[in-house]
Amino acid sequence: MNESMMPFAIFFASIFTGNILLTNYLGMCSFLSVSKELKTSLGLGAAVIFVMATTTPMNWLVYEYLLIPFGLEYLRFIVFIIVIAAFVQLTEMTIERYSEPLYQSLGIFLPLITVNCAILGVSLFMVIREYTFLTSFLFGLGSGIGWFIAIIAMAGIRQKMKNANVPPALEGPAITLVIAGFMAMAFMGFSGMIALS
Amino acid sequence: MAKNTLRKTFIEPLGKNNPVFVQILGICSTLAVTNKLQNTLVMTLGVMFTTALSSFTLSLLRNHIPSRIRMMVETMIIATFVIIVDIVLKAFYPEMWKQLGPYVGLIITNCIIMGRVEAFALQNKPMLSLVDGLASGLGYTYVLLAIAFVRELLGTGSLWGFRILGSWWTNWSIMIMPPGGFFVLAILIWVIRETIMKEAKA
Repeated sequence: MNESMMPFAIFFASIFTGNILLTNYLGMCSFLSVSKELKTSLGLGAAVIFVMATTTPMNWLVYEYLLIPFGLEYLRFIVFIIVIAAFVQLTEMTIERYSEPLYQSLGIFLPLITVNCAILGVSLFMVIREYTFLTSFLFGLGSGIGWFIAIIAMAGIRQKMKNANVPPALEGPAITLVIAGFMAMAFMGFSGMIALS
Repeated sequence: MAKNTLRKTFIEPLGKNNPVFVQILGICSTLAVTNKLQNTLVMTLGVMFTTALSSFTLSLLRNHIPSRIRMMVETMIIATFVIIVDIVLKAFYPEMWKQLGPYVGLIITNCIIMGRVEAFALQNKPMLSLVDGLASGLGYTYVLLAIAFVRELLGTGSLWGFRILGSWWTNWSIMIMPPGGFFVLAILIWVIRETIMKEAKA
């Protein structure tokens, strides 16, 4: 593939073929519990996009200019978690201070995000796949968008499903997992176009 | 009395309080490696080690941690043990380490560990917390091993890398691909709820 096209390929692949939720099962906990309502899913999804797109390049900078020069790569788990937690906390405080409506729609989801495995996962994938600054930003953004699409689709389906007759033992998480499986199959349909290695 | 609580603490997470079936907690990081039994075993051992020892450590420190920063302290403790797992794997089983990739690090965000630390270790004595962590890890391990068993057997016709089913077997390659993990877990939860949970309720 053309070198200059790489960033776009990564961006596209992280949304569709390598969807962080449907191919790597990351962020399942909040996905299963929040996808009941379309409105909350929108809020959480938007918050995930924002946090992923910002913390991934931040972690890249920390890793490249702080951890590698000092030979501290093995500390990356702790450092990434601190960066994410600190950034989320700061953003939450800033939003609360300056914009009440934004806080109501987005801010209340931010604390939930610190424990979302997808955020840390994206940063760890970024290290393993040796992305550059630009590609790690696009990868973070794309993964966030992919997560957003998945949770919105799931919330829509689950709202419709309220009228359906599901066997009692299958209700709740089990049927959600079945639907997620079908969604994963649908997303696999894109995989002929581009692969994320 | 003391012995009784110890036993109860150990038994409950294995059966009716199983973290995976009851709360669907902690499947995030490990479901991804359940397409092979070997990888699953290593991952779940890592989770068990981390859960047990972080519960133990936190319980030792529980009277000295200010409650406002306890989340941060918990995360640090958990991350420390995960780093140990990561370094040991890298040193002794580099092949396995490469295959597991980022998922070892993701043990940190496994909700079971945080959940046990928050819900149990903060209020209980160190030994009891250790047992609780160990049992939660064990309950988690056998569920994931069951998933991996089904996926590897149907997906590749082999177990632990050895061919089990003869050449007549057509591999269900969907099983080792991502959707397979979702389906197998869903069916497992369904079966368990239909049988065991129903009896427990009645």
